[in-house]
Amino acid sequence: MRDLPWPARVYLVVVIGTATALLWHSLFGSARPVTTAELGTLLVLALLFLVCESMPTLLNVEQFAVSVSFSAALAAVVLIGPEGAAVVGFTATLSVRPGLPLIKRLFNGAQFAICGYAAGLVYAGLGGESGVPKVNAFEDLIGPYVAATTVFVPLNIVLTLTMIRLATSEGRVEVPMRGMVQFLLSYLGYGTFGLLVAGLWATVQSISAVLVLLPLFVARWAFGQYHAQQRSYDATIAALCQAVETKDYYTRGHCTRVSAASTMIAQEIGMGLERLRAIGYAGMLHDVGKLGVPTKVLQKDGPLTEEEFAAIQLHPMRGLEIVRGIDFLDEAYAGIMHHHERHDGTGYPMGLAGDEIPEFAKVIAVADAFDSMTSDRSYRGARPVEVAVEELHKCAGTHFDPVMVTAFVRALERRPWQPPRRVDLPPPEADDKPTKDHDDPTMPIEVVSGP
Amino acid sequence: MTRAFQGLDSGQLLLICAAGLVAVAGVAHTAAVGLDHPEIAIGFGALIAVGELARLTMPGNREVAPIGAAAALGYTLLLDLSQERLQHPALQVVAVIAVGMIAGALPHLAVGRPPRLDAMARRLLTGALLAFAFRPLADPLYLHTQPPDENWWPALAVMIVLIALSLFVDVLIAAMLRAEQVRTAFRVAFRDEINMAFPLGAAVGASGVLLALATHSMDLVALLVFAAPLLVTQVAFRKYAGIRATYLQTVRALSRVTEVGGYVEPGHSRRVSRLAVAVGRELGMAEPELLELEYAALMHDIGQLSLRDPIPGGATVLTDPDQARRIAELGAAVIKQTGVLDRVADLVRRQCDPVAADPPLSSRIIKVANAYDDLVGGSTDRDRAGAALERLRLAAGTAYDPAAIEALARVADRYAAAHRP
Repeated sequence: MRDLPWPARVYLVVVIGTATALLWHSLFGSARPVTTAELGTLLVLALLFLVCESMPTLLNVEQFAVSVSFSAALAAVVLIGPEGAAVVGFTATLSVRPGLPLIKRLFNGAQFAICGYAAGLVYAGLGGESGVPKVNAFEDLIGPYVAATTVFVPLNIVLTLTMIRLATSEGRVEVPMRGMVQFLLSYLGYGTFGLLVAGLWATVQSISAVLVLLPLFVARWAFGQYHAQQRSYDATIAALCQAVETKDYYTRGHCTRVSAASTMIAQEIGMGLERLRAIGYAGMLHDVGKLGVPTKVLQKDGPLTEEEFAAIQLHPMRGLEIVRGIDFLDEAYAGIMHHHERHDGTGYPMGLAGDEIPEFAKVIAVADAFDSMTSDRSYRGARPVEVAVEELHKCAGTHFDPVMVTAFVRALERRPWQPPRRVDLPPPEADDKPTKDHDDPTMPIEVVSGP
Repeated sequence: MTRAFQGLDSGQLLLICAAGLVAVAGVAHTAAVGLDHPEIAIGFGALIAVGELARLTMPGNREVAPIGAAAALGYTLLLDLSQERLQHPALQVVAVIAVGMIAGALPHLAVGRPPRLDAMARRLLTGALLAFAFRPLADPLYLHTQPPDENWWPALAVMIVLIALSLFVDVLIAAMLRAEQVRTAFRVAFRDEINMAFPLGAAVGASGVLLALATHSMDLVALLVFAAPLLVTQVAFRKYAGIRATYLQTVRALSRVTEVGGYVEPGHSRRVSRLAVAVGRELGMAEPELLELEYAALMHDIGQLSLRDPIPGGATVLTDPDQARRIAELGAAVIKQTGVLDRVADLVRRQCDPVAADPPLSSRIIKVANAYDDLVGGSTDRDRAGAALERLRLAAGTAYDPAAIEALARVADRYAAAHRP
């Protein structure tokens, strides 16, 4: 509490004060006291709320941990009314989530109590009847219930976000619009579970809650497994790509940085989540085919013979050959295959130009060249970011798609680039030092024709 | 259609025939006596079709259709609709399930994705089984829920017990099929199937009961709302199954970089992993272990990437032991980098250990499979395989695990039989 800025403290006191007043009113000052029969219902719902609240579910939006607990509070709106909803909501204070300080618990409980009460008022105001609904009165519940949900959810979000905004010194919490909409929709969707619980209460009482929640808990488990596998997958793909690079002392970490830079550009030009993920992987894997090119050729000093150049030109195809068995978006394959095409049509392997080049490949080409320039090479030190950006600008229109270059520069302004650490001197046994890098646009590959 | 039947073994064929017979009986009977409450049958049939359309493949190539299964359960367990008593017979349930499933499978068929017939047959048979068990009880149970009793508990108890039983039978059939299909012990297959089926089965069961109970107090349209919890489950499982599949594909694909780089013979990693998994099955390993074994076998040579130059010929059985050990260490270090595959890293690290050092079973299997493939390669020549096995047997008990060698011999025998012209 002490390390909170004063507006946050004031806000906290106001929220908790309001909730306390509401609870006091609900328990003792209410015109309609809670009956003993309802007390049992209240207890079950509170328990339900607690169980859900103690296990926050990571639903499809990564930034927010949501629990479906609020559907228990909404069920209380129907079964008991605003008073019950406030009490059920306040039990969030008792949640057994470890490591949650008392002040946060109090705030959570208070804001849930306020939301529950407000939703209850709206429900009653629209003619919804409190109490266990009649067996055939389900349809009459729907309208008021939807209204109650549409009050509860945004109020809950506003109360919480205000707290976060006041408490964090930066003042602005960046919430992506797209994620927010998705989040709101799924949140509202989960609200229906409260309706299901309440609607079936007359038939099988608390068992209805179990029947509704069991699939949700299984889903939660599966989502958990999914996220764990996803993290594990990302780590594995990065480690394997790095393994491909270990041989070349200077390009270590290249794949992860190209992946990061590609994602930055893709975000800037507004790609959707699925494509973002795919381009991340494409950037990561863009050079796996390099292993098929003899190291001697990749690092050869001076002009290459035609055969040697042909070997280099083959590496995007080799890469494609390797990753073809993975179910990515087709675009990711295209990105790997064409990442050395140039805007003016002088690149390889196909010599595509301008808009013939797939979008993924254009993005990766910029990221690839940029990382090559800002990393150490044995034949030169790393260039500063500004110099590399200037070089990108210079090559825009010939080597790179100007749109991607501008997008990247914009992204760089927003999020500064972390160039790799300086490479320590290579171990002594690495005697044949490479003298070029096929990704470096400032060192074009020279080819001598004929024997 | 004949192509779809190829590669089915006797158990699967039996299952498919049984399911076909039951379906025909159900449809014929229903056609003869007419549909009881056609609108309800159509509503549930549509939901089953949607579920079948949204079927998904879980890890281990298991096809499931949770929404369809829950809808089938719901239709089986129906007692009344808006307090109107329902008395559809079990054969009608079978007909609705069968027609719904076929309708849902048609769009898939149209775009060239034939359904797994055995999986479909299993879904239909389990549904039919439950229907034959529950429908005769539906009437007395309904009377209990009516005044003066108004007691739902007997109905609920019967539903839950019967669902549990039918799930058990389903798992039993699945395990028998799998044991025959991948040649593993029934006991192991049964445990694997239970582990896979339990979470999804619980969700489907709960949703089925929910659907049946919900119809008591509302009409058909509201049913869609009650499928919502299961929809969330379906989404979650689809994502999970997707990432699992991609993961395996990626490791398989990237294991080939050693071949592209000229470090090992083409196809070496894939062959070693296939052999290793077959041997692991032969030795009764369960699926989670087999997955780790497969990963480790695929990546067992990844350490060679850290060598400056490929070992000529690439075969690690012929390189000197110190070199092989170093490659194993380097490979383990690479895998350890992931931070999540520590056990796989350990298997790779210990792949060169002699039997005396007591390495994990998976490491021993990889060692044997790797040596065998180094000696035999992609060849299907019987004499060469026999010679290789003889050579391994010479070092049985010291370098190689005797049990792993014998299991490998059985696997190699089967392969040879399968490849004989």
